[in-house]
Amino acid sequence: MLLAMTAKNKKMKGKFQPDKNGYFGQFGGAFIPELLYPNVKELEDNYIQIIESEEFQKEYKSLLKDFVGRPSPLYFAKRLSEKYGAQIYLKREDLNHTGAHKINNTIGQILIAQKLGKTKIIAETGAGQHGVATATVCALMGLECTVFMGEKDIVRQAPNVARMKMLGAKVVPATSGSKTLKDATNEAIRYWIQHPETFYLIGSVVGPHPHPDMVARLQAVISEEMKWQLKEKTGNENPDTIIACVGGGSNAAGAFYHYMDDEEVELIAVEAAGLGVNSGESAATSQLGQVGIIHGSKTILMQDEYGQIVEPYSISAGLDYPGVGPLHAFLFESGRAKFMNATDKEALDAAFELTKIEGIIPALETAHALAVLPKMTLRKDQVIVINLSGRGDKDLETFIKHLEE
Amino acid sequence: MNSIKNIFQTKNREVLSIYFTAGFPNLEDTKTVIEELEKAGVDFIEVGLPYSDPLADGPTIQNSSQKALQNGINLDIVFEQLMTIKNSNKTPLVLMGYLNQMLKYGEDKFCQKVVDCGIDTVILPDLPMVEYENHYRHLFEKYGINNVFLITPQTTEDRIRKIDSYSKSFIYMVASSSITGAKGEISQQQIDYFQRIKSMNLKGNLVIGFGISDHKTFSKACEYANGAIIGSAFINFLEEKGIDKIYEFISSIRNN
Repeated sequence: MLLAMTAKNKKMKGKFQPDKNGYFGQFGGAFIPELLYPNVKELEDNYIQIIESEEFQKEYKSLLKDFVGRPSPLYFAKRLSEKYGAQIYLKREDLNHTGAHKINNTIGQILIAQKLGKTKIIAETGAGQHGVATATVCALMGLECTVFMGEKDIVRQAPNVARMKMLGAKVVPATSGSKTLKDATNEAIRYWIQHPETFYLIGSVVGPHPHPDMVARLQAVISEEMKWQLKEKTGNENPDTIIACVGGGSNAAGAFYHYMDDEEVELIAVEAAGLGVNSGESAATSQLGQVGIIHGSKTILMQDEYGQIVEPYSISAGLDYPGVGPLHAFLFESGRAKFMNATDKEALDAAFELTKIEGIIPALETAHALAVLPKMTLRKDQVIVINLSGRGDKDLETFIKHLEE
Repeated sequence: MNSIKNIFQTKNREVLSIYFTAGFPNLEDTKTVIEELEKAGVDFIEVGLPYSDPLADGPTIQNSSQKALQNGINLDIVFEQLMTIKNSNKTPLVLMGYLNQMLKYGEDKFCQKVVDCGIDTVILPDLPMVEYENHYRHLFEKYGINNVFLITPQTTEDRIRKIDSYSKSFIYMVASSSITGAKGEISQQQIDYFQRIKSMNLKGNLVIGFGISDHKTFSKACEYANGAIIGSAFINFLEEKGIDKIYEFISSIRNN
């Protein structure tokens, strides 16, 4: 079933696919120093061919099935549905090995790295989920792994740091700027410039072309499964609405991917509002940003009048990013996706609610997607899929702190 | 004629260029640093436009940029500072910044200000060739501005030839695959690369940068190129010795 779907979907050409220079509308491209050109070019010349090869698909699908535990269940959340008066399904990416959707991408990219003959892997991480997923596939393949992580995130996501170390990865603190995801990405790119022999296993649909497209294709398995799972459960492969949280945007890209051209499916991207969109402590990029260039990509970016990047804020390390992937910038600008946001407090409340009524502790990032339910006007028969992108084990310390308050 | 190209016409060898960060160590130092560098006999000066996320720069320049931003520098102030020395300063200036700074400021407004300050050369390390060809070449030509391209040990011959055809001031030859600030000796591998490029007989002037820090590395680089650029080592010097001793630094590079 999975393989058949892939064969059908890989040829898709639509309005939301990048052009030859990696642009989604006016967003994307590859704004990289000449020093990175050979690396990016090598990947650009090979990634589609590799991903579409039978050999890759066989290895990728087999690892997703037996190592990751896919397909991830599509769970009908009965009590949540009753509470909000809709038909709410949760796409259980939290049940994947390593606890989030991130592993879909790292399994794919590690296979690509191997096909390109790369032996040293670097990655950036915010919440640590991508770092853990990268360290995991490096352990699996016996490759050297270095993960850059903001100093601030190292503190707030300590369990993931411990997991990465146990998996044999070297964790390098990023001490510049806001000491979060943006800075970890800067450091990873700088290291890459100095060590062009390494493979930069990027964690989201950000960075220079072809990285956003490559990561979206590897996360597309989420919506690929949603189609047949919904068909089985509801008789229709299309839901009315899909909701996903967006930092860089990889889980949302995966959940939206096979539905982007189906205008009847409403797509909702939820950004982190931090202490409030206009509080000065926020990461709601689409609301606060303008067109700019970050990490090699033209997108929507939080910046001041001189183009200096503004440091974002969110309680969630995975959404604490001043940009958004170029595909999402295009989905926003074209109006194809609706962008909503949730504050720290709303996300925490949503996390506690899901835990209490469904017995699922979501990641703080994911909790933002759940947090928009009370803000929506829903119909009883409205089929909603929320991409439950990750589990909340890593956030226990934050949760416990707020439980006591 | 392009101001930098002019330098190479009068002085073909051992051209010394110094990079410094505008608004560093103090907000008002931009003008003084340029004046001191001119007095010390530097051939052309790269004025760094401080950026919050300078991807192609190492820790030294990152820190100086951060400090300059904390000092309150911004593009309007830099342009004002450069306007005040426009008539007195005879040493050609090159602006080095990141594309997003120009994008946000307004591309035409940025170019006009550059021209108003008497500058005709810019380096934007994150401006890739394809974007230059599709858009910026036309924009810069309209204002008579030349964009400097970087080449690295990995840049293919075809690409170098193309860059050569676009370069009206000089070609920035990155000494190694590293971000700025990497220090040390010049290796045999680097020399092989310098020789390979030299033997291509490019029409453009070659200037070596990244990792040039003292007399020894400067002279070595000048054996294979028309000149060399020093950045991080100068910023470190400014940090340690301040702006009064700039002459000392330049003489230490020129002489042994």
